[in-house]
Amino acid sequence: MKRSLVFSAGLSAYLLLAAAAHAEDYVLTLKNNQFSPKVLTIPAGQKIKITVKNQDATPAEFESSDLNREKVVTANSEITIFIGPLDAGSYGYFDDFHRDTTIGTIIAK
Amino acid sequence: MLATLIIVFREVIEAGLVIGIVLAATRGVPRRGVWVGGGITVGIAGACLVAAFADAISNTMAGAGQELFNASVMAIAVLMLTGHNVWMAREGRHIAQEMQLLGDDVVTGRRSLKALAIVISIAVLREGSEIVLFLYGIAVSAGNSVFSMFVGGAIGLALGAGISGLMYFGLMRIPTRHLFAVTSWLIAFLAAGMASQAIVFLQQAGLVTVLSHVVWDTSGVLSDGSLAGKALHTLIGYADRPTGIQLVVYASTLVAIFILMRLFGHTPQSSMLNKRKQSIDHVLPRTG
Repeated sequence: MKRSLVFSAGLSAYLLLAAAAHAEDYVLTLKNNQFSPKVLTIPAGQKIKITVKNQDATPAEFESSDLNREKVVTANSEITIFIGPLDAGSYGYFDDFHRDTTIGTIIAK
Repeated sequence: MLATLIIVFREVIEAGLVIGIVLAATRGVPRRGVWVGGGITVGIAGACLVAAFADAISNTMAGAGQELFNASVMAIAVLMLTGHNVWMAREGRHIAQEMQLLGDDVVTGRRSLKALAIVISIAVLREGSEIVLFLYGIAVSAGNSVFSMFVGGAIGLALGAGISGLMYFGLMRIPTRHLFAVTSWLIAFLAAGMASQAIVFLQQAGLVTVLSHVVWDTSGVLSDGSLAGKALHTLIGYADRPTGIQLVVYASTLVAIFILMRLFGHTPQSSMLNKRKQSIDHVLPRTG
C-alpha cells in the first residue's frame, strides 16, 4: 500500500515535470555584462521556456518591456521564465541594471 | 552616477505615486503621518531582506519563488486597497463634509489606514529591493566610486519624491467634497492594475497559461518602457501589449470593487453609525 502510494506520487511528479517541460527550452547566458546569443530566434505561436544563466559576480534583472517580463537573476545563478505564445516579430530585452548596454533581441518567426 | 540616478528615480517614482495617492486618500485621518512613515520604514527594511534572500526566494517553489512572492504581495495589496474603498464608500461622505472623524469613525479610519500602510510597505518593498540589488551590484563591481553612487542615488530619490509630491499637491487642490470620490477611483484603478500585474507574474512562472495571447499593441503610441508609460502602468495598470487574461483580471477586479462598495457601502450597521453620528451632530453644531 505504502509502496504504491510512493509509486503513484512519483509518477504524478514525473507527469507534472513532463508537462512543465513541455514548453520548448532556450538558454541565454550573461557574462561580462553581455547576453549571448544576442539574437535568440524562437518559433512564433508557442509557449517558450527561457533559462537565463548569470555567470557574473553581480546581480542582474532580466527584463523586457516588449514581453512584459522581469525577473532578478542573482550573481552566479540561473532563473527560468516562460514567454509566449508570441506573434511573429522582434522583441527587445535587457538587464534592467544596465539597460543601455546589456541588451538583446528575441525574434519570433 | 547617471545610471544610479536613473534607476533610483524610476523605482522611487513607482512607489512614490502609490504613497501620494494614499496620502491624499487619508486626508483628515488622525496620525496618518505615523502610519505612512511606518509603512515606508517597514518597506525599506523588507526591501533589504528580500534583496539579501533573493537567491533563496528565487530557488523555492521549483524556481517560481520570485513570481509567487510578487503575485502574493500584490494580491494582498489589492485586498487592502479594496478594503479601503469599501470603508470610504461607507464613511467617506461625512468625512468629506466635516473633515474630521468622530468616535467610531476614528476606529474604522485607523483600520483603513493600517490597510493602506501595508500597501505602502509592499510598494516600497518591491521597488526598493531592486534598488538594493542594483546598488549592491555597483558597490561590488570595480571601477565605480561609491561616492558617485550615493550622489546619483540621492538625486534620483529627490527627483522621484519631488514628482510624487507634485501629484499629491495636485490632488490636494481638488475641493474636499470631490477629493474622496477621485481617490476612490484612483485606488480602484491602482488595485486593478496590481491584480493584472500579479497575473502576469503567474504567466511568467508558467503557472497560468489560459488567454495568454496579446490582445492589442499600443507600444507605437505609448511604450511600457517610457517614463510616462511606466507611470501610467503604476497608476492604472497600463500595458502596451496586454494579454487576454490580464484584461479579464483587470475588468473583474474593477467590477468586484464597485460591487463590494455598493453592497457594503450602506449596511444597516452603517446607518446605525450614521444615526449615532446625527445625534452627535445634533449636540455639536456643524462647523464649516
